[in-house]
Amino acid sequence: MSNPSNLKYTASHEWVKTEADGTVSVGITQHAQGLLGDMVFVEAPAVGRHLKAKEECAVVESVKAAADVYAPVSGTVTEINAALDSSPEDINNDPYGAWMFKLKPDNGADVDALLDAAAYQAVIDSEAH
Amino acid sequence: MPIPTRRVIGVIVISQVPRTDGAQRDFVLRLFYFLKANMTLKTTPLNAAHRAMGAKMVDFGGWDMPVNYGSQIDEHHQVRNDAGMFDVCHMRVVDVKGANVRNFLCYLLANNANKITLPGKALYSAMLRPDGGVIDDLIIYFMTEDWFRIVVNAGTADKDIAWMKEQAAAHMPTLTITSRDDLAMVAVQGPNARAKVWQVLPQTQTATEGLQNFQAADCGEYFIARTGYTGEDGFEVMLPKEKVEAFWYDLNKAGVAPIGLGARDTLRLEAGMNLYGQDMDETVGPLESGLAWTVDLKSERDFIGKAALLANPPTQKLAGLLLLDRGVLRGHQKVHTPHGIGEITSGSFSPTLEKSIALARVPVDVAIGDTVQVAIRDKMLNAQVVKYPFARNGKSCL
Repeated sequence: MSNPSNLKYTASHEWVKTEADGTVSVGITQHAQGLLGDMVFVEAPAVGRHLKAKEECAVVESVKAAADVYAPVSGTVTEINAALDSSPEDINNDPYGAWMFKLKPDNGADVDALLDAAAYQAVIDSEAH
Repeated sequence: MPIPTRRVIGVIVISQVPRTDGAQRDFVLRLFYFLKANMTLKTTPLNAAHRAMGAKMVDFGGWDMPVNYGSQIDEHHQVRNDAGMFDVCHMRVVDVKGANVRNFLCYLLANNANKITLPGKALYSAMLRPDGGVIDDLIIYFMTEDWFRIVVNAGTADKDIAWMKEQAAAHMPTLTITSRDDLAMVAVQGPNARAKVWQVLPQTQTATEGLQNFQAADCGEYFIARTGYTGEDGFEVMLPKEKVEAFWYDLNKAGVAPIGLGARDTLRLEAGMNLYGQDMDETVGPLESGLAWTVDLKSERDFIGKAALLANPPTQKLAGLLLLDRGVLRGHQKVHTPHGIGEITSGSFSPTLEKSIALARVPVDVAIGDTVQVAIRDKMLNAQVVKYPFARNGKSCL
């Protein structure tokens, strides 16, 4: 699966989608879920919490490992995807549909500065060596 | 998120890395990659087959091994419900031959080799240091009075053989101890595993269909044991290295799915079986490691480590934990009990129970039914102390 061109990405393997209301949804990439394997637990940040860019704010756990999720940009958490509590495997089955939380960015320009799909692919390619 | 971006970090390694802050973790990972870059991984004769079957490969103690071929949870259920096959060629077969080999093993091992008198019968045992620390856990097979076969762990094989040779030189120098590097090993496990092996190796059926649990038959080129590391019925098959790839593909054609180390770990944990290096090592004794049932302290027999075990009654023991809150138990998390602090040795998600389970080393006074707290990140989560195994033969034991 290629990385959708309408999303932004971080080098730490989060994807970011700008929603119509100005918030952004955040999830983990196809590449990340593939490396972690079968997801069994997601711990999302509290709604209302203010996050700084690159702050550890959520955790995904697969059968084999726990991994931190970082805030892609600074902002306030507006919503979490509660469906992942009972079906964390959605992240494996549909990584770009299974958003984990939504943020209202402090500064919309921060989102524009994230990686595009091609730049993120270059990150993956460089890690393979 | 810092994820294992190269194939080099395996299930065991990750679950053992204690949680640290981001900077420390990045440093550890960088150091790990740096060390890795100068190492060549060892491969089994099935390496090409794993890649052809789509395996995700990882560094497992210096071996390039499959962690999964797709979903590790699906692989787990495949073994509990049908049949799966595991590449265990990295484990080492050792033949010990010569007159009075039984007496030597009675001295070398904590379990009593005199318990096995039926040809082919197997015995699980710890091999101890004089101070009682566990050098390895292994399986011995009694074949004849001048031949016992031993299967040891991959990571400890060289030190095990050196120790055995040192002890033999001191106590029974006429014995020969041979590492069978010419042999490969495949474990076929699950309720339908034996039938699948007979389908592929029909010439071995007569010799193996009467085998009891923990008994093996020497069928010429194939040495077939009714043993395993999953809590399911099945065989472990030792065979010449040059035949193992064809055997692997034949099993696959017969409907046996390849299973990676990821599912191997959750299967053995559910079955309450220890993993050397994680649940015990040279710094702890068998009585602190859930292995009292394998240590014979009652007979007159002396063995290496016995005096130390008798002199030092254990203050800790291995217990099973079932997580009551949401989350996943992992190795090295601290366990807070009314009797003091313990530590998880192996923890994971149990696909059979759909809950998180663990083995933990805790103070001896902790009792089954107690509720304890496990420190996970910034939370204290409740877990119940339970009798293990957690699951065997396709079903929950809780």
